Amino acid sequence: MSAVSPLAAAAPAARGVGPPLWLLLELTYRCPLHCVFCYNPTDFASTAAELPTAEWLRVLREARALGAVQLGLSGGEPLAREDLEEIVAEAHRLGFYINLITSGIGMTEARIGALKQAGLDHIQLSFQDSTREMNDFLSSTRTFDLKAKVAALIRAYDYPMVLNVVLHRHNIDHVGEILAMAERIGAQYVELANTQYYGWAWLNREELLPSRAQLERAEAVTRAFRERIGNKMQIYFVVPDYFETRPKACMSGLGSVFLAITPDGTALPCHAARMLPGLNLPNVLTSGVREIWYESSAFNRFRGEGWMKEPCVSCPERAKDFGGCRCQAYLLTGDADNADPVCELSPHHHLVTEAVARAEQAAQQPPRAAREHVLKFRDHRTSIPVTPETGARR
Amino acid sequence: MSEMPATAKLALAHGMRLQWEPAQDAHVLLYPEGMVKLNGSAGAIMSRCDGERTLAQIVADLERTFGATDLAGDVNAFVKFALEKRWLELRE
Repeated sequence: MSAVSPLAAAAPAARGVGPPLWLLLELTYRCPLHCVFCYNPTDFASTAAELPTAEWLRVLREARALGAVQLGLSGGEPLAREDLEEIVAEAHRLGFYINLITSGIGMTEARIGALKQAGLDHIQLSFQDSTREMNDFLSSTRTFDLKAKVAALIRAYDYPMVLNVVLHRHNIDHVGEILAMAERIGAQYVELANTQYYGWAWLNREELLPSRAQLERAEAVTRAFRERIGNKMQIYFVVPDYFETRPKACMSGLGSVFLAITPDGTALPCHAARMLPGLNLPNVLTSGVREIWYESSAFNRFRGEGWMKEPCVSCPERAKDFGGCRCQAYLLTGDADNADPVCELSPHHHLVTEAVARAEQAAQQPPRAAREHVLKFRDHRTSIPVTPETGARR
Repeated sequence: MSEMPATAKLALAHGMRLQWEPAQDAHVLLYPEGMVKLNGSAGAIMSRCDGERTLAQIVADLERTFGATDLAGDVNAFVKFALEKRWLELRE
């Protein structure tokens, strides 16, 4: 159908840089959960103070003037900000479509009422698993019952019910139960997002990566469920890219459509880019959003193809996947300009297949009692610098 | 579209928002964590699906607005597609 051009497929014009259509504000790193797969930086405890309300409102106005229209409010747990309603109200006045990405912790009937009134469009609620026991274990909290109550509030306030569950070795075998839970609470959209290995998930990679057999079973269960439920529920199954032979078109290319602002005002071309060495990341406290998006060296660093090396630079697929993920290239190979090693054409692809092979072995013997000792739970008391290969060490 | 009753009114589906974006010079359809940029004809059709008008009324309005006569086939095809994608829904 020629009438549509999905955002994900919209490649940037050869020369012209399009607007930052998708704006993500990570309002705070504070979060009551301690999830082992969180993509937040592992040294988040050492970052500076959070932006005050007035600065967030200025960022919204400047980004909207450039053409930003999809707004994600995330964190950390965005409900930890007491000015969330004020931020939503200004975003709504400006014409953003506003997505709240939340664990549900901190949501009350009073707050959801105020957020609805302020113009919030959608709430994405995360669950860590289908049962109280595993949900609470994986987030290192007692939150399952509370999330179920928030799901009921979301329905009562006539929001589309969108669930997100991050999958990994310890819960991927429960996909059937997770989908049953989603059906029970009336979910319309379910995102089964296999863990992407950044931040805390990178530290825990050796404990989180599922085996290929686990993945195939989960896909089969999801297919069968889809056939039964029809279009009553949309299910997105995000495959872990370690099992692919071509890389994801990360962010449709850095600096193409996505702009994230972290709690201290640092502007990022992707969620995880803070780790990339040599990127002189701008901050909204010292630069305007227009200057950041169009002129900063950080946002221009990976635009176009000038930065690419072989095998990407001569690859016919470079305009399709943009060489994959820069952060993954850096984490696995130590050089952000390399091809994403998920690609089987990369000379470093063995680093991915070896990690998968170790996961196959580990899946044979999952001693549950041992898990708590090896998983590193996201915690403000620990501050762990991210370095390439940290996650590969046992 | 034999399954669509002549009296059914067309509306944006629950949770969908349609708006004109000057920066993209287009109507866009916004929904949870997603956006579709519509071309001119899709935007013209979708912006008339206000929950008040039937398909026939929308076709008549489009033909009047654009001075055309035979738009029913194209509009039908797009509306069928948009209903399948759950961008639009039928209201009685």
